[in-house]
Amino acid sequence: MILYKKTLVVAFLFISTHSYSQQRFFAEKAVVSFFSDAVVEDISATNEKVTSIFDVLNGEVAYLMSIKDFQFPNKLMQVHFNEKYMESEKYPKSSFQGKITGFSMNTTGQQNVKATGKLTIHGVTKTIEVPGTVEVNGNRLTVKSKFMVKLLDYNIKVPQIVWQNIAQQVEVTMDFVYRPL
Amino acid sequence: MKRIILLLLISPVAVLAQDDLLGELEKGTKPEVDYAFATFKGTRLGNGHTVETKNAGSLEFIFQHRFGAVSGGAYELFGLDQADVRLGLDYGITDNLSVSISRNSVDKTMDGYLKYKALRQSSGAKNFPVTITALAGMAYKLSPEDFEEDSGLENKDRLSYTGQLLIARKFSTNFSFQLMPTFIHKNLVEYNEENDQFALGFGGRIKLTKSVALTGEYYHNFSLPDNDTAYDSFYMRYNSLTFGIDIETGGHVFQLLMTNAIGLTERAFITETRDDFFSGDIHLGFNVTRTFQLKKSK
Repeated sequence: MILYKKTLVVAFLFISTHSYSQQRFFAEKAVVSFFSDAVVEDISATNEKVTSIFDVLNGEVAYLMSIKDFQFPNKLMQVHFNEKYMESEKYPKSSFQGKITGFSMNTTGQQNVKATGKLTIHGVTKTIEVPGTVEVNGNRLTVKSKFMVKLLDYNIKVPQIVWQNIAQQVEVTMDFVYRPL
Repeated sequence: MKRIILLLLISPVAVLAQDDLLGELEKGTKPEVDYAFATFKGTRLGNGHTVETKNAGSLEFIFQHRFGAVSGGAYELFGLDQADVRLGLDYGITDNLSVSISRNSVDKTMDGYLKYKALRQSSGAKNFPVTITALAGMAYKLSPEDFEEDSGLENKDRLSYTGQLLIARKFSTNFSFQLMPTFIHKNLVEYNEENDQFALGFGGRIKLTKSVALTGEYYHNFSLPDNDTAYDSFYMRYNSLTFGIDIETGGHVFQLLMTNAIGLTERAFITETRDDFFSGDIHLGFNVTRTFQLKKSK
């Protein structure tokens, strides 16, 4: 009898999970940019070709982007970024996979949330925990986050001779707008 | 029995839980055209060009220096007592089209060219094995200042033209190779020279570190005169050979070179190189470039 009950519970869980598995939101706009203020010149770049999925039921989230899609105001910097620092021929992608916790789909206004998961840059994967915000707006979901990335954590080496040109850490900004599939 | 039902019921849940969002994103990624970039560090391989053009809105100042022959010995400080220079400006009208103007001390020559990157090496959604850049140049000799009277020479005799294809392949991050079929027309030539000359150049680079590379460049001129019939060494002609080290630091590229050519227009180093690399008439030299981004792209 106890087993029977358990079976029912499990069956119920399965059904509910199944029915909510459509609660996947896809990013219609996903922009990742970074900024580093250095002694000689500030460096900034924006990637507008990021793809992302957000499962609002369990909070799971993932994004994926090509390093080559980062656009710099200064094209020579873009070449150096790809060739010397990110080695994008060897490590073409950067991704994040993790979970967003601390939000409710029934709350309006900006909610402060936390994202934990695995961030992969330059072939190196690190577990990170970063703050962010979620805002529910009808069936649109806006997720924003801003955090620092230390270059050395991801084995990104800046040649000595240009060290003063590039800061050892950069500020990454994410601005994603999701809608259901 | 009930256990089995339970297991059956659990299994789809387990499958759902394993469903990997990132894997899904990767599956959804459409193959893109992947263009080869930074086939070479700069717009110059040694004396001649690479397939690289300047990006839209960027201006490159290039300062090129060729010292005297090392074979001059200690009296000439191994060539360092004397030098020829070229000062040039290259500007990117678009990412694929550059225009340039410069001044050379050899023969007091002004030169200008248009350089157009016509096809780019790519992989992924579109496969193309090489990058092809076309170069059209013109050089005007200001020396001598005045033609002697009765010489019958006209202003057009100061002019020469270059048409060149630069065909390069970046085989790997560390190795690039380039072929340079070249046509040069000189309006006025020495008695032993041809007006139309054809040359085939080849060269490449091997990257040693992210910022340092070794380069080599050789131009074989099929129209060179026979040196046995030359009156004296002024009429002797050799093919130009160059070895170099590229060092890149931010907006600068330094190229340290060893070459037997001193002129820096195609006319000069492909058709008028008077020194023989293999008898030690080697010149040290350098190219230094600085790029300024005049117009920011959005």
